[in-house]
Amino acid sequence: MKVSMSVNGRQVSGEAEPRTLLVHFLRENLGLTGTHVGCESSYCGACTISLDGQAVLSCTMLAAQADGAEVTTVEGLARNGELHPVQEGFWERHGLQCGFCTPGMIMSAVTLLDENDNPSEEEIRRGIEGNLCRCTGYHNIVRAIEYAGAKMRGEEPAPAEWEDA
Amino acid sequence: MSSTSVLGGVVRRREDPALIQGGGRYTDDVKLAGTAHAAFVRSPFAHANVLSVDTSAAEAMDGVLAVYTAADVEHLGPLVAQVPVGALRPLLNNGTVKHVGEAVAMVVAVDPYVARDAADAVDVDYDALPAVVDLKHSLSDEMLVHGDMESNTLISWTGPFGADADALAAVKAGIDEQKSRDDVVVVSQEMINQRLIPVPIEPRSVLADYQIGYGRFDVYSSTQIPSALAGAIGKYFGMALNQVTVKAMEVGGGFGCKLNVYNDEVLVAFASKQLGCPVKWTETRREAANSTIQGRGWIATATMTGTTDGEILGFELDGIADMGAYSQNFTVAIPFLGVFVGSGQYSFPTHWKMDCVTTHTMTTDAYRGAGRPEAAYYLERILDMYSRKIGMDPAEVRRKNYIPASEFPGAVSPMGFPMDTGDYEANLDAALESAGWSGLLAERDAARAEGRHVGVGIATYVEVCGFGPSGLVDLGFSWAEYQMPSAFNGSSLVRVHPDGSATVSIGTGPSGQGHQTTWAQIVGDGLGMDVDRIRVIHGDTEEAPPSIGTFGSRSAAVDGSACYEATQKVQAKAARIAAHLLEASEDDIEFADGGAHVAGTDSSVGWDEIAKAAYQPHVLPEGMEGGLEAHAIFSPGNATWPFGTHIAMVEVDAATGDVRLLRYIGMDDCGNVISPMIVDGQIHGGIAQGVGQAMFEDAVYDMDGNLLSASLVDYILPTAVDLPSFELGRTVTPTDINPLGVKGIGEAGTIGAAQTVVNAVVDALESLGVTHIDMPLRPQRVWQAIQDAQA
Ligand code: FES
Ligand code: FES
Repeated sequence: MKVSMSVNGRQVSGEAEPRTLLVHFLRENLGLTGTHVGCESSYCGACTISLDGQAVLSCTMLAAQADGAEVTTVEGLARNGELHPVQEGFWERHGLQCGFCTPGMIMSAVTLLDENDNPSEEEIRRGIEGNLCRCTGYHNIVRAIEYAGAKMRGEEPAPAEWEDA
Repeated sequence: MSSTSVLGGVVRRREDPALIQGGGRYTDDVKLAGTAHAAFVRSPFAHANVLSVDTSAAEAMDGVLAVYTAADVEHLGPLVAQVPVGALRPLLNNGTVKHVGEAVAMVVAVDPYVARDAADAVDVDYDALPAVVDLKHSLSDEMLVHGDMESNTLISWTGPFGADADALAAVKAGIDEQKSRDDVVVVSQEMINQRLIPVPIEPRSVLADYQIGYGRFDVYSSTQIPSALAGAIGKYFGMALNQVTVKAMEVGGGFGCKLNVYNDEVLVAFASKQLGCPVKWTETRREAANSTIQGRGWIATATMTGTTDGEILGFELDGIADMGAYSQNFTVAIPFLGVFVGSGQYSFPTHWKMDCVTTHTMTTDAYRGAGRPEAAYYLERILDMYSRKIGMDPAEVRRKNYIPASEFPGAVSPMGFPMDTGDYEANLDAALESAGWSGLLAERDAARAEGRHVGVGIATYVEVCGFGPSGLVDLGFSWAEYQMPSAFNGSSLVRVHPDGSATVSIGTGPSGQGHQTTWAQIVGDGLGMDVDRIRVIHGDTEEAPPSIGTFGSRSAAVDGSACYEATQKVQAKAARIAAHLLEASEDDIEFADGGAHVAGTDSSVGWDEIAKAAYQPHVLPEGMEGGLEAHAIFSPGNATWPFGTHIAMVEVDAATGDVRLLRYIGMDDCGNVISPMIVDGQIHGGIAQGVGQAMFEDAVYDMDGNLLSASLVDYILPTAVDLPSFELGRTVTPTDINPLGVKGIGEAGTIGAAQTVVNAVVDALESLGVTHIDMPLRPQRVWQAIQDAQA
């Protein structure tokens, strides 16, 4: 069947089997391999994308269900060569190690900050509860999101913990 | 925390721009034209005779290219293992399967959906047999896991290392003799260090591309050991090493479970060669639980004997470790790593014995820490129980029994191992100060006065990593099956290009450790070159010199040292060239700011000029060869011995058994630090995995050998809400066995964490009479322990 949607601001369409998962459509048909598959069963969050402004798990949706939707993946966040503040935060605050959870984590964080650009640590932690990271212990992911929040509010982010006093 | 790199300053990670923009290339992202996809038919039984395998329906399906059974691959032999003690895994098994998930057949089809459908269509008839799952049952040999073996016990590791039966008995007798003294208490506890599933968020994936006519293999794999995989593939298919290239590009976490050559890797390569097209397989999460190795799985009794005033007279550990059904890469060697640290950082006599038994379960092997978290857990838990028994501050009991700093260098542990450097007391003091120890205890007591169950736990550890001396090969750690004669060396190649940029290639491949950044820092520091001018090539056996890989917290200490030494060689030659160009003395040449400078003058020459000259032999000093590159192999004289102190504060809801981790303080000492940012990140992740074991994770098999926690619904990983921000500090005791003074930090957090949390929870429940709870400390179990203690 034919499926059409807007992905990262571009109108795309492609052939998909009725059972094709959205994540596979993105990765295999469109070649957008930034969205990862960690469990294919809605528990890890690695496949998180933004669909019509909501963070959704692209492994629990069929491509057909996204027909006509507006999708943003991690590939679509940077604009004109400029990183999204959340991406910048992850880089500046070492919010990633192996990077496999990172695209999903970043997409969740973007949605979180879109709703509340000044979250408390607890709100950040709750906001990314559905995204598993096996590498970072979440510590620096929280710092990265705090950094991004500050940037989005136009404030100076707190210095990195490893910077010399 | 604040701390300075030995190389000066923090560099943002160079790997990140790709990874944060979705550009990271992981194995499953690689697409080659005409790729076919594999799927496996796996046994639903832990122990069964395979009566028949009917592949006809699968073969008849549209899009199926081939279905392979054991008969097709038997000629290749079993899966290679580094320490081949115990049964080796058949690549495919059509005889008697030995664990749930064992591969019986492999289907290859045009797409992964079809491959999975076809795998379901393979009809296998099994005759189920009773399974051996329980460790004590296995040890009894009442039923054999492998009918053709004499015993389920594969090997017994004992300590002190190297002691014969008489010497071991003498150590034991020495401890026993103390037990009858009036001023001595003996504390003993059987404890379970449960099985864990490593769960890197990236499932394993392999893509093999046999190139017809060229007779070459390109294999892409999510592996920690690309050189070993290349060696194994070469061996299986009778190909020279120069015909096999393994590329481990981005690897989405490993934690030891990608430190194996797997049967699926060999089988996918086999299919590619047979079919003449690339073949890919990516495990599903559920499949991964039984197709990828697991870790831990010990039950042991720890006994501590000591005086009522805190002088410990002996520690004994007697237990059983679960090897699973087949021995893979390190399997039986994992508990041996426990022997290394069996006596921790203490000086008391230690008697240690672990029987390694086989069971009808998935293979165990290296999972972050590998033998050392288990050993540290038993030692630090029983030490805590002993401290409680004699009513002494657990920190002070530890202090009293440490190997003193004055014994370094030259200290030999009671287990018989020479250790590099250590100052345990200084580290303990730093931790206590950083945590505000007495204030913390006062805070705890105040909370208790309000009726809350708050606890504080402390544990210290020493670990051993950075393997290691190439002589380990003579101890039986042979990588010969992988065609790696000198496996434990580090190896690195540094090349300056004609334009003055540089490349460093190195055989280790990271899975999140930031090697792109660290190696560039080492080279950049040595050459006075901006890191942006340095390219790092890793995890590619065609371009990098062989190195065994990334594990055992060894990359910085071993391959990093090789990187340093190769850099030194290039620097030495460049200094001669620069001196020649500047008409100065070689001794006055210093490298900084992108070139060479004559000390105390403003005479200098940039890397572009030095490099240009290097490739124009006629302008070089008389007799000097052209080119500017060097290879170095580094073989350390010992492993390294990092150490640290961890402190946790928890609160338990006695009504529900719910545990909340309030604070976590880590004070680790990994010697010199190249990147404080990366080191702290490693500790964060390590602690999270230790806390995961303490509180959530559990690979549970039922008595029939079914893994009940194969999905992430049942195998619970810590989420962001389960963990606090960590409070880290460090002490710095450089090692003297490598030129960088670095020890390794990949596993330390995990090695220190689990017992710290359990000690804290037991402390919280002290007033309720709880003295021990086996991990994981999930609410139901904690609640039950409270009920039992109250009964
Ligand atoms: S892959 Fe979608 S939640 Fe794990
Ligand atoms: S960075 Fe590796 S899983 Fe999060």
